[in-house]
Parts: sequence; structure tokens; C-alpha cells
Amino acid sequence: MKGNYDILVIDDEKVVIDSVIKIAQLENYTIDFSFEVNEALEKLKQNEYQLIICDIMLPEIDGFQFINLLQKINEDTPIVMTTGYTTIENAVKSLYLGAIDFIPKPFLLDEMLSLLKRGLKYKSLLNQKRNNSTNNIIVSCPSKYFRLGISCWANIDNDGSVLIGATNFFIKSVEPINKIELLENGEILTQALTCAKIISGEYVHNLYSSLSGRIIDVNKLLIQKPEIIEKDPYFEGWLYRIIPHELDYERQKLIPCGSDR
Amino acid sequence: MFNTISSKLILIVGFTALIIIAIYSYLNIKNQTDVLLSEVERHGNQLSDMLKNATDNLMMRNDRVRLQEIVERVGNDPLIHNIRILNKEGEIIYSSTHKDIGMMLDKKAESCFACHAENKPLEKLPIKNRTRIFSTKEHSSRILGIINPIDNKPKCYQADCHAHSENSTVLGVLDITLSLQEVDKQILHNEIQGLIFSLIAIISIGLIIIFTIKIYVDKPVKELVKATEQIASGNLSYKVKDLGNDELGKLAKAFNEMSQKLDETNKQLYQSSKLASLGQLAAGVAHEINNPLTGVLTYSSYLLKRTKDNPQLQEDLNVIVRETLRSREIVKGLLDFARQSTPKKIQTDINEIIERAISVVSNQLKINHITLEKNLFKNLPLIIADANQLQQVIINLIVNAIDAIEKGGKIKISTSVLSLPPKGIIQIKKAVCNKNHNLIDYQHKIAGLNSIKLKIKTATSEGFVFLDPIYGKDRHNFGINLKQGEILNISCPTCDNSLIIKNEKCPKCGGPIYKLNIPNQGFIEGCATFKSDWQKWNYIDQFGEIKFVEITVEDNGCGIPPENLDKIFEPFFTTKGQKGTGLGLSVIWGIIDNHNGTINVQSEIGKGTIFTIRLPEKGEVI
Repeated sequence: MKGNYDILVIDDEKVVIDSVIKIAQLENYTIDFSFEVNEALEKLKQNEYQLIICDIMLPEIDGFQFINLLQKINEDTPIVMTTGYTTIENAVKSLYLGAIDFIPKPFLLDEMLSLLKRGLKYKSLLNQKRNNSTNNIIVSCPSKYFRLGISCWANIDNDGSVLIGATNFFIKSVEPINKIELLENGEILTQALTCAKIISGEYVHNLYSSLSGRIIDVNKLLIQKPEIIEKDPYFEGWLYRIIPHELDYERQKLIPCGSDR
Repeated sequence: MFNTISSKLILIVGFTALIIIAIYSYLNIKNQTDVLLSEVERHGNQLSDMLKNATDNLMMRNDRVRLQEIVERVGNDPLIHNIRILNKEGEIIYSSTHKDIGMMLDKKAESCFACHAENKPLEKLPIKNRTRIFSTKEHSSRILGIINPIDNKPKCYQADCHAHSENSTVLGVLDITLSLQEVDKQILHNEIQGLIFSLIAIISIGLIIIFTIKIYVDKPVKELVKATEQIASGNLSYKVKDLGNDELGKLAKAFNEMSQKLDETNKQLYQSSKLASLGQLAAGVAHEINNPLTGVLTYSSYLLKRTKDNPQLQEDLNVIVRETLRSREIVKGLLDFARQSTPKKIQTDINEIIERAISVVSNQLKINHITLEKNLFKNLPLIIADANQLQQVIINLIVNAIDAIEKGGKIKISTSVLSLPPKGIIQIKKAVCNKNHNLIDYQHKIAGLNSIKLKIKTATSEGFVFLDPIYGKDRHNFGINLKQGEILNISCPTCDNSLIIKNEKCPKCGGPIYKLNIPNQGFIEGCATFKSDWQKWNYIDQFGEIKFVEITVEDNGCGIPPENLDKIFEPFFTTKGQKGTGLGLSVIWGIIDNHNGTINVQSEIGKGTIFTIRLPEKGEVI
């Protein structure tokens, strides 16, 4: 009989699995788990999942190889990477390979709850997109843009500055938006570290910056009217204008939006 | 056996000496023999002429009896073998050996041979041909024969006896034979003496060669070979003994310098590999610690959510959550330290950080009965800093102080604001010459900071100077000996381009000045006279005084011995044995350096230690 779960957790540490289960229970999500990748692949064949949370450092097959394996068998369940080796490189690599998000260990209860919330929304958005291909709910980002994973976009201007913003997909997965907390002018963004907090009800969603650089302009309009980002995330709903620090290096790990069509 | 340089040298030099001495001895003996023989010959010829003249009168008088008597008497001399007088026909007329008288000699007889060899009798015989050396069977030693022809003279054929006619040129021959026994003895004696001399010379030269080569070549070479083997086996601190001032001595000195450099480089490599393994350690620790922290954080924040009606429990749980989050940041900091990334800096109140740090260690203070005195400046300006990292610094310093003091000790933490002129504070982190060569030396450190390496020349010598990287301070290290007030020619160690600027004089002493390019921060100028400390950096001076927040952590503990003061900020240096990792203060140093601040330590054994941290208000010094 085919089981139906919300979440599949893959981690070789029982305490981590228990932690995720504990948090998931608060929202009554159904959860399944596995200690290693081969067992997880078996479970994926038998059951239906809405979201996978996978550790990077696993015995035999690691998390990165797992993502590749999923793509080979055309498994489209969204996957979130997690690791105790919380480096920027690991976060960027996860998002570049196709993970929808990255959560460093140890995580706060609220961080995990908001992640589960948007992760589970993601699959339903994908299904909606597939069913309503004529009525395009999710507008892809303009083709000259780049994106880090599926959440944060970057538009490189002719003058060398870069506009940073959140993708429509991210916005749709966190709606409705009550408030946006932004950094100040002059502060430094780091690629794959939080650059904005988007508050939706009791959830706080962290948006990871697509590039590193110094903020030279902040879209103040969003603080007063956060709904703008829902209407026009790619133009009027931009977040920051930055002077990038290491554009050439960091751009290698961004996905050109043009490749989405 | 012949594989060593010394045995080859001994062999070659010995062989050459042998040949030279042999040739010399041979020529010497031959020469002596010739001299001796010619002396005997001269003597014989003299005797022969003397006898001829002495008997001349008797011959004229034809007094044969007296003549025979003289011949016999002279012939009695033991050195004279025989005296004979022959007539033209070869008949022996007089002889010292009586029985020979009347005997006829053949022309082929050895005494006739000189004149009659070519069948025709010579009428004049040159003196050198008159002598001959021969041996006879009945006589053991060699014999020297001297022939003296008796020429016909007018008084001979005009004599009353009319014994000779006027036609013959030679009337007879006086033949004296001398025994060479004594001479041969002398020659043999000379030969033996020469041989003994040669042998002694060869042996003594050989011994001297062996001795000197052993001392001047063999021993030093062996010492160098030994040193090479020691270095090869990894003993880099091995030093070759002083081998004097010759080429081998110089080689030994160069060898020692080389191995010392090798040793230093190796130690640095060791240090950096220690740092690299620190990175690996950090990665491992991060992975291992973050998993259990996940459990702590999840369950405590879960409990926090479920116990909203119990404020007492909430407060305790909040401490767990807060400190777990701090642990998360510490682990992240450890990863950051290994990766040398920048801290997360925000506007921070140092006093608040100190209060938080104290609350974390308050239990430990209570257990050890330590009183903590706070002297915090009330209107401390906010500074740009990473609050978590600085909290870690304060906690570490307090914990170190607790370890250093006995029960009942005292810790005092103070904060203050001070404005300082940039001189003596600002570190010169970059400097280049006008050809853009880097002048910073990463090996030679002054007070733990990279120094500035410049080439210096005086009238008599040249070398390097390592400038104090702190603007305005003059703890320079000079590589050569200099006199007070000596003027230095300063140039770039890479391209040797002069760094002295013409047309400008030091306002203090009037001497020449040097100028270094500080990328993006103008130029720094200084006096090129030894022991003159004038420096000017317009770019920095224009900002005026810089505001710092100063934190001091003071204890009355056991203190740090002076020999350890330099090392305490090095990674893995610890005096706590198994209890410490030796990382605490090196991480602190890294954090403060990342904040462009300084940390200093003063300590007195038995009295206590003061750590002073100065952080620039703006997060940067300029």
C-alpha cells in the first residue's frame, strides 16, 4: 500500500531526526525518516512525499550525490539540505545543485517551522503550475537575471551595481506577507546568508542573498507597502542595490534565469 | 681504501715526492762520483808528470839502477798499483813489480789501447784520453791507469849515450796504475748515504702529508659529511663545528647558515600546518558538535513553546536557548577563524557584552569565591563589532583569570573611552616601493606584527632593516651595526631602487628622508638617519585623534613568566597541560585583529595580569 507522508528526513544522527519530528508534530505534519540514502530511495519508490530534508554528510552516498540521483530518476519532490558543517560553500553548492533551500544545524524551532511551511507549499505550487500552464501563476524571472537556488535573484546593471530581490516562487511560497525586515544602507551582504526577513503571520522566512556586496540603496517602499513585492517581485519589488564584492567568482554558482525557458 | 679524498691526495702527493727525491738523489750521487773520479784522475796525472820530471835527469845520465830504484820506491805507496816504463817496442824496462822487467806488451794490451787502437800510433795523446778504468782478475778493486808518453827531445838524441835517434817522436811510455779501492769505498758510502737520506725524506714527507691532510682535509670533510647525514635524517638543528677560515671553514659556515634557514622555514611550515590542522579540527568539531546542539536547541525551544504559563521555567529555558545559540556562533566562529572570514559587525554596546559575559561565568566566580569588580564607563559609544565574538573574548579572558587566581582572588573589568593620536597606534599593513614591490616582511615580526623590510647601505657596509610597522614607533631591527647619527641610503630589497627623496630634509635633524608608498593611503615619510625617529603620514594625520573603546581585564593571580609573554597568543601554546587546547588566546587575538583592534598584556609574577583591548569606535582605524 502506498503511504502518503508530508516529510522524509534523511540524517545519520537520531537526535536530528527526533528534533525534526518534534517540530513537525507542532503542525501535525506526517513524517517518515531514513538513516541513509539507499533506504530513502526505496521509500521514495513506495511512498509519496511532499518534501525531503537531507543531511549533506552521510555514510556511503552523501547529500550532494543524492540530489544527482533524484534528478536521474526524475523524482521531483523538493529537497532541503542541512548540515552541521555550516559553511557558505556548502549552502551555495546545495542551492546550485537544485535544493530548494538550505538550513544550517543547529536550527531554531521557528526556523525549521517556517522552512517546513514554505517547503510544503512549494510542491503544491509546482502541481498548480503543471495543471494551469495557461494561467501562469508563477512568473519566471526575466531572462537576463540570475538566481541563487529558487529564492533570490540578481540583476547585474551596466554601471556595475547589482539589484537583489526575491523570486516570485519564494514570494508565493510565503504568502501572505505582513512585513519585510531589511538591512540598512552601508551594511554588507554575504552570499547564501540571510539578507531579509519576510514575516507572514507567526512565521519568519529568511531570504538568502544571491551575491555578496555592500548595500548602497534599500527599497524603503517595501517597508511601508510590503504587498508591492507580491505584485511585482522583479521590478518594483526589488530589495537592495549593492556594489558586489566578488561578482566574477560568485556568479559561477548562480543559475541564469534564461535557462528556465 | 682509495675512495676517500685524503687517501687519493696522499697517494698522488706521495708518488710525486718519491719520483722527485729519487731523481734528485740519483743525480746527486752521480755528480759526487764524477767529482771524486776526476779528482783521482787529476792526482794521477800530476803524479805521472811529477815522476816523469823527477826521472828526467837520471834518464839523461842513463843511470838505470837509480831509475829502477825510484820507480820501486814510489811504487811502494799502497795506493799505487804499479809503475811501468815501456820503450817504443813495448818492452817493460822499469817496473815497480820487479818480475815484469823485460816482458813485452802486446799492442792490444789495455795500457796500449788508447794510442794503438786504430793501428796507427798517436803521437799526441790529449790528457782526458790518457786515463782508463779497468778491473783485473787478480785484483779485486777497480784500477785507474794513466799513460804518459815520453816524447823525444833534442837533449835525448843529443845525449852522450846516443841511445835514441832523432827520428822517433815518442821514446816510451810511463804507465802508472792506481788502485781505486779507497775511492770506490767513498762512492759506495755516498750511495748508501744518499739512499738513506732519500728514504728518510720520503718517509718524513709522507708522514707530514698524511698528518696535514688528516687535520686540514680529512677531519673537516668527515665533519661536513656527518652534518649532511644529520640534516638528511631530519636533525635540522645540527651545527657544524668551527672549521677555521679556509675554504672548508667558509663552507661549514655557509652550511650552518643554510641549515638554520632550513630549520626556520621548517618551523614556519610546521606552524602553518598546525594552523591548517586547526582548520580541519574546526570542520570536524563543527560537524560533531552541531548535531547534539540541534537536539538541545530543538527540545529547549520546544519546551519554551509549551510552557508559556510558567515564567520561572521560561527564564531558565531562555538561558539554555541563548547559550546554545552562542555555541552555534562559536562553532561558526571556529569555522570562520579557520577560513579567515570577516566577522558579522553591527552597532554594539561593549558594556552590555561584558554584562552578558559576566552572567555566563557568574556561577564559576561564585564557586571559586572570586569577587568581580566592574568599572564600566557609563556613556560608552556604540562600536561596530561582532557582539558574539567579543562576548567570547571577554568570557575567555575571565575564565583565564579564574584559572590564574587562588580562591578569594579578585578580577577587575573596566571600560573607558580614549582618544589617541594616530602615532604609535596605527599599523602599516601595506607598503610598496615606487615600482610596486611589496615591502612587508611576513617572517620577521616586531611585537607580533609583520615588519617592513628595507635595504640599507652606509659608506662601509650594507644590509637590511626591519621597520616597526606601528606608525611613529621606532622598535626597528637593524641587520648591521650602525653608529648614532649615521646616514643611511635606503632602497627596495627587490629592485634596489632608492627610496630616498631628494630636495626634502628631515625637519628634526636636517638629514635625508625616505618615502614609502602606502596603497590607497598616501605616503609615509621618515628620517633616514640612524636613531632619528621622525615619521610623517599625512593621510593618517588628517583624521586627527582616533576614538577607541578600551577594555581592561585585570586579575591578582599568579602572573605570566616573562619568557612566555611573547608566546601566549600563538596557537596551541598552553601552560594548562591536558586541560587546555592552547587555542583560546590565539582565537582572541584573531578576533581582535579582525576588528582592527589591539590586545596587549602586562604581567608580573605573583602580582597579576592585565589584558588591555582597544577597539576603534568606527570598526576601522580610519
